[in-house]
Amino acid sequence: MTGVEGYMYPNEMELQWSILIVLYPFITGLVAGAFILASLERVFLVEAVKPIYRLALLTALAFLIDAPLPLQLHLGHPERSPEMYLTPHPTSAMAMFGYVYLWYLMVVLVFEIWLDYRKDIVIFAQTTKGLKGLIYKFLTMGSYNISPRALAIDNKIGWIITLIGIPSAFFLHGYVGFIFGSIKANPWWSSPLMPVVFIFSAMVSGIAAVMLIYMATCKLRKVAIDVRCVDTIAMYMFYIFIIDFALEMLDLIHRIYESDESFRSLNFMVHTQLYIPHIVIQICLGTVTPLVILFILQVSGKKFAEKVRLRLCTISGALAMIGIFAMRWNVVIGGQLFSKSFLGFTTYKVALVTKEGLIVAVALALLPFLFLWILIKFLPPWEESHHTPAAGD
Amino acid sequence: MNISRRHMLVLLPAAAVAWESVLAGTPENSPNYNMSEHWWGMLIQIPKCIGCGNCVRACATENDVPDGFFRTWVERYHVTDYNLTEPEVISPNGGKDGFPIVQEDAGKYFYVPKMCNACADSPCTQVCPVGATFVSPDGAVLVDQSYCLGCAYCVQACPYGCRYIHPQKHVADKCTLCYHRITKGLTTACVENCPTGARQLVNLKDPKDPIHAFLKTHTVQVLKPQMATNSKAFYYGLDGSVR
Repeated sequence: MTGVEGYMYPNEMELQWSILIVLYPFITGLVAGAFILASLERVFLVEAVKPIYRLALLTALAFLIDAPLPLQLHLGHPERSPEMYLTPHPTSAMAMFGYVYLWYLMVVLVFEIWLDYRKDIVIFAQTTKGLKGLIYKFLTMGSYNISPRALAIDNKIGWIITLIGIPSAFFLHGYVGFIFGSIKANPWWSSPLMPVVFIFSAMVSGIAAVMLIYMATCKLRKVAIDVRCVDTIAMYMFYIFIIDFALEMLDLIHRIYESDESFRSLNFMVHTQLYIPHIVIQICLGTVTPLVILFILQVSGKKFAEKVRLRLCTISGALAMIGIFAMRWNVVIGGQLFSKSFLGFTTYKVALVTKEGLIVAVALALLPFLFLWILIKFLPPWEESHHTPAAGD
Repeated sequence: MNISRRHMLVLLPAAAVAWESVLAGTPENSPNYNMSEHWWGMLIQIPKCIGCGNCVRACATENDVPDGFFRTWVERYHVTDYNLTEPEVISPNGGKDGFPIVQEDAGKYFYVPKMCNACADSPCTQVCPVGATFVSPDGAVLVDQSYCLGCAYCVQACPYGCRYIHPQKHVADKCTLCYHRITKGLTTACVENCPTGARQLVNLKDPKDPIHAFLKTHTVQVLKPQMATNSKAFYYGLDGSVR
């Protein structure tokens, strides 16, 4: 039984959206962020992040495959979800998810990865035998032409796809923010800033995730980490994190200064039930702390030894991930803890083994790593440059 | 016509069953219902509500509402002179079993029946990803439960807390204005069972409906007017503290 304080409308006692709906924006955010990071190399020609270009694309794909699963599990009738494709309701913000998802999956990510890996796929198809060889043969789509001219065309189309992919990534996650931000009945969600905050927080979490995955894979493969690459990633993460934090603070200050009818209720919630997840975890631990670390790295990073810099990047990346997850939690769960009467509060306790419980949520959070492992097995993202990192940077 | 006492004994229960059937109504028995002639709403007179909970019980029985969820409910407000904007509100079991006796004499107490506001610009129908919930041409907000995904987006979007996910059917559920009754010329279960006439089903398109005279001579209000939902649940005697 849920604990209720004050007055809730009687249908509000239990939360409708659980931890699975927290995972949904978190995972799509990682997709968008990872793709933006990959685009740095491809479109903005940031050579330093070249070692993670392919890994970032595969990470985005692994998380994108996972993204709709929490939604599907949450639905009361998941078997009816194809109706969203067949008979979408044009006025619904949620109705477009299927199309946005498919566009991003098929047109942007899968196509770009295929173009980028086409040469490798053709070589693998010609040199690998057995089931794996058959899969590679299928992946060639019948095209074995890897002449310099063909590859140049691939490269050009890939560049165009990445160019399309950047606004698509913004759209994918901004749209997720809009799903929440457009609910006028809920003052915690209803904000035009919500999509923008979602986009920038997505970039932070996606960049942090790829950085951590890159360092972890280097450790597992027992190869040296390209410190220049990690430093560059940390720099971009820092700048985007500042914008994200500024936007979130703007939203907060605006709410405090405006103090509309919902303020008392929301203020009370932030100081009680959401104090730990919002003030302590999201703001102090997950935003201010990594920002301070990243700031120190930017200002006097070169004074630290490479090992220390990598340690600090790891810590700031992990804290940023925790902070962004807490932000998703505070948006989704926090937005349901108070009554729309503004007179009471309910509580949320994550169940352990239910359909929307903690075990399922953890499994769904880990599943992308299995997808990524399979993708890496088939499409290794490592390059020769990994073995000879730019020394002395 | 020659009816024996034996025939009478058979006919009376048969007539009773037939009358029940007429009351319950069937579509084929009401072929003259024309949606375009109706625009349903509800008039709720707060001074008349005594918080007996009859409406909540009638609704639950009529519509098979699951325990712990409510298509309609009644709230009791306690407002004191020194705290006009922070009322004390209770609704134990949605007011289904009535309310505890008032202990304190300070301030004022009043009851507020709540239900779907039958919004013409309903935020709940706007957000449904498949259009399973919709505003019918006669002004009722309905859910096609054979089509609903159970995503609960509409529950989040309703500013009045009128929707819930049915625990067995796993789809959105809400007040239908007893659509199965009103399209057969009957009134809603809550209206029919209100002992004081605090609720009144109104057809805004019917020039003979008493609502028009009432609206001319009384001040009415809707809940949360800032939501701009074009609500058709009109409250008479609504206190400013009501949320």
